Amino acid sequence: MTGTAAPNFEPIVGRYLRLAIHGLPHRLYVEEAGQGVPLLCLHTAGADSRQFRGLFNDAEMLSRFRVIAFDLPRHGKSSPPVGWHKAEYRLSSRAYVDTVMSVVDALGLDRPVVMGCSIGGRIVLHLALEHATRFRALIGLESAAHAHPYYDLQWLHRPDVHGGEVCGAIVSGLVAPSVPEADRWETIWHYMQSGPGVFKGDLHFYTADGDVRARVSSIDTKACPLYLLTGEYDYSCTPADTRELAERIPGTQAVIMEGLGHFPMSEDPQRFLSYLRPVLARVLEAEGTK
Amino acid sequence: MVMLAVERWSSLANNDAWLTQRGRYVSVAFLLDTGGTDFLVHIHRGRIERVERGPFVMPAWGFALRAPAEAWAAFWQADPPPGSHDLLAMLRFGKLRIEGDQHVFMANLQYFKDLLALPRRAPAEGTRA
Repeated sequence: MTGTAAPNFEPIVGRYLRLAIHGLPHRLYVEEAGQGVPLLCLHTAGADSRQFRGLFNDAEMLSRFRVIAFDLPRHGKSSPPVGWHKAEYRLSSRAYVDTVMSVVDALGLDRPVVMGCSIGGRIVLHLALEHATRFRALIGLESAAHAHPYYDLQWLHRPDVHGGEVCGAIVSGLVAPSVPEADRWETIWHYMQSGPGVFKGDLHFYTADGDVRARVSSIDTKACPLYLLTGEYDYSCTPADTRELAERIPGTQAVIMEGLGHFPMSEDPQRFLSYLRPVLARVLEAEGTK
Repeated sequence: MVMLAVERWSSLANNDAWLTQRGRYVSVAFLLDTGGTDFLVHIHRGRIERVERGPFVMPAWGFALRAPAEAWAAFWQADPPPGSHDLLAMLRFGKLRIEGDQHVFMANLQYFKDLLALPRRAPAEGTRA
């Protein structure tokens, strides 16, 4: 029997982008949907852009924003760079900033809004310091200037412990207890699918190389507005960490999101959108007054 | 003081087919220090085989989970508050200490998280009529 109904595709279009980062050829997976102000989304450590599936499927969002997300090299459907098998992966601030800027340039984005979560919430602070005028606004989800490792990261990458099992279990408690079951376990699934050592390599940036405590007070929110939203159940970047960050940056404030954890856009997209919409409304409002 | 409803806990664990399936490679004795009472929990192939109640003179265990009574009381609430809702959250805020050979614990982390959370569904002994 031949079906007569149109296929129920989501509005997301995914493609592979060829570009050079630090002179090395890369093949990155990029998803996008919607029209309007470009909104570039950065996933958490050891995960990929599927975390933003809720945003990509929100009709109101897509009527005003061109939502874009890409998988970092080694993550999701992006290829690892040539030679990945010869050295331990350790994400650096320099590599992360330059990767984001390379994607912005390769896509020809004009002053996008960048919203990142966790390591993405950290890198927006680096972007604010180095490239503020290139962005309309920056949104840090689960954002702190630094994170202390509270468990031995060696467990994340060793041959006698299954990487997918341990990475999933490590982050399972970072999802708030009351979120929808399907979204909780999809979020954990992404972690279970991460390649060996990828989560741990990202956390090198999160817990060591990306420490930006000494510099955050120089962030100029007049050059580029910065918004900070953190889930109340997050014990990786705690509400206290984000409040402390906000206190050091004039012109920003921390919003603590009830019933959410470390992966707000993925663990409960609808609840997260209720916190994101007012922020994006302010971004558009500021545009209108220019 | 936190009292663990040991029999109810064992029964919940051993009647959970998916939990015991996930723990099928777990055979270990671990010490559960509830801040006043120590328990030696003997796991065999994912099932709670036996729980001994301390005090112990010479306990032998693979790893130990130690937290004060009030930390376990918060953790074992039906709806625990942020920071008490997960073993690693307790670790993060300095309420839980993990000692010993942690390999089996980390290799089976979700199993142990779920096992230790089961008393949320078991009334504490102290509250029994």
